[in-house]
Amino acid sequence: MNDHTVRSYAEELAALDRKLAQMGGICEDLLAWSSDALERRDPALAGKVIDRDKAVDQLQNEIEEQAIQIIARRQPMANDLRQIMAVTRIASDLERIGDLAKNISKRVLAIAGETYPRPLISGLQRMVELALAQLKDVLDAYSERNAELALKVWHQDEQIDATYNSVFRELLTYMMEDPRNIGLCTHLLFGAKNLERIGDHATNIAETVHFVVCGETLTDDRPKSDTTSSMLLVQK
Amino acid sequence: MDHRIEEATSALLAGAVLHNHPPKVQARRVSVHYGGKQALFDVDLDVPQNSVMSLIGPSGCGKSTFLRCINRMNDVIPVAKVSGDIHVDGQNIYDTDLDVVELRARVGMVFQKPNPFPKSIYENVAYGPRIHGITSSKSELDGIVETSLQKAGLFGEVKDRLHDTGTGLSGGQQQRLCIARAIATRPDVILMDEPCSALDPIATARVEELIDELRENYTIMIVTHSMQQAARVSQRTAFFHLGYLVEEGETNKIFTNPTDQRTQDYITGRFG
Repeated sequence: MNDHTVRSYAEELAALDRKLAQMGGICEDLLAWSSDALERRDPALAGKVIDRDKAVDQLQNEIEEQAIQIIARRQPMANDLRQIMAVTRIASDLERIGDLAKNISKRVLAIAGETYPRPLISGLQRMVELALAQLKDVLDAYSERNAELALKVWHQDEQIDATYNSVFRELLTYMMEDPRNIGLCTHLLFGAKNLERIGDHATNIAETVHFVVCGETLTDDRPKSDTTSSMLLVQK
Repeated sequence: MDHRIEEATSALLAGAVLHNHPPKVQARRVSVHYGGKQALFDVDLDVPQNSVMSLIGPSGCGKSTFLRCINRMNDVIPVAKVSGDIHVDGQNIYDTDLDVVELRARVGMVFQKPNPFPKSIYENVAYGPRIHGITSSKSELDGIVETSLQKAGLFGEVKDRLHDTGTGLSGGQQQRLCIARAIATRPDVILMDEPCSALDPIATARVEELIDELRENYTIMIVTHSMQQAARVSQRTAFFHLGYLVEEGETNKIFTNPTDQRTQDYITGRFG
């Protein structure tokens, strides 16, 4: 693609993308650290996540402010306009991802005193792996303007949903086995729900990437396999 | 804000129903040579009735040349040679037995710089209907002058000084006077060649508002260097480059997701 005749305009657009990449990088860290904090029961690391999330909020504010400035001063058109819309949308998805990761860390602090068997969190670890891979791929898809990779992410969200369903069942079982597990399991259940939501935000970003590259919104119905909203606790 | 939403909605709706409008102007394989130099290459373009079509592109791309073909203004340039067919309402305007003066009454034109005659405001508007013999009486002529000035959104500002000279008006008022003059001959099509380039933003907004109102009764083709203006006023946009019509389509589409790379480069400021 040719460069803008006005170089400072091209530089402003590039700066938006750099800031978004930085935001994405921090979100990947937050998610990975939350998972480590959960696995190692490490309140210090959880505290670090809670603190670091502020940087994500700050970056989102900066991105929004700069996007408004560019719209006001440059009147962007076509692919430039789509890029600016996309950056603000993706920034708000990333801000939510940051919050959800932070919330997992808060729960790590809440259950710090409890003992829990390792297998209980293995399902969550699996969800973290999937969510991290989705997040990484979708951020790459944006920076490479790769609609195919975005579409792949979009289709893969089902895996997270499927894992979430089994984690949900597993945690219910633990709760039924021993009511003393309920407090712990509820926190883990919310943690799993957060990870499922992070997957949804990655899917949102995939749709945005598709819009940037192709100029059209994905119209197909999103693949959905989270069935927990209709699950019941059935006594065997 | 509400007003803008309304405007955007009506523009969208207009875009959606345009396909039902018959083409008012139909150009096929239109080429123009200025002496040995070809300025326009095989342009095919349909302009739907009661719509605004913007012609955009860098200087020298042929958009004004094309606009001037529609009322045979190129006839007055001795070295210009036009080939191909242009139909207005199904009639070939390059037919040898066509009355060019009558054509220019049907296809009016507004230029870049307001160019009122050095006569009174009244005379500026009355001139066209008089020479075309549209009116038979003074009172009828008075009526046409008043209606035309009203349609051009100028009557309120000049009704007490209709016999003052037209060149004494402000730039924006002069341009609206020229639009009133173009309307007075009861045209079907109005051609505008950068009508706002010499106007301040308020006067520009008035002319744009006027274009939107005129669309109800006229078919408008406008050449503009302002992308934003093209995006604001038109339902369809045609992009010209180096004498070729590169892309033509709904304005909504052209400015958000154009098909051709050259269109994208031009409207985003990457060349031109």
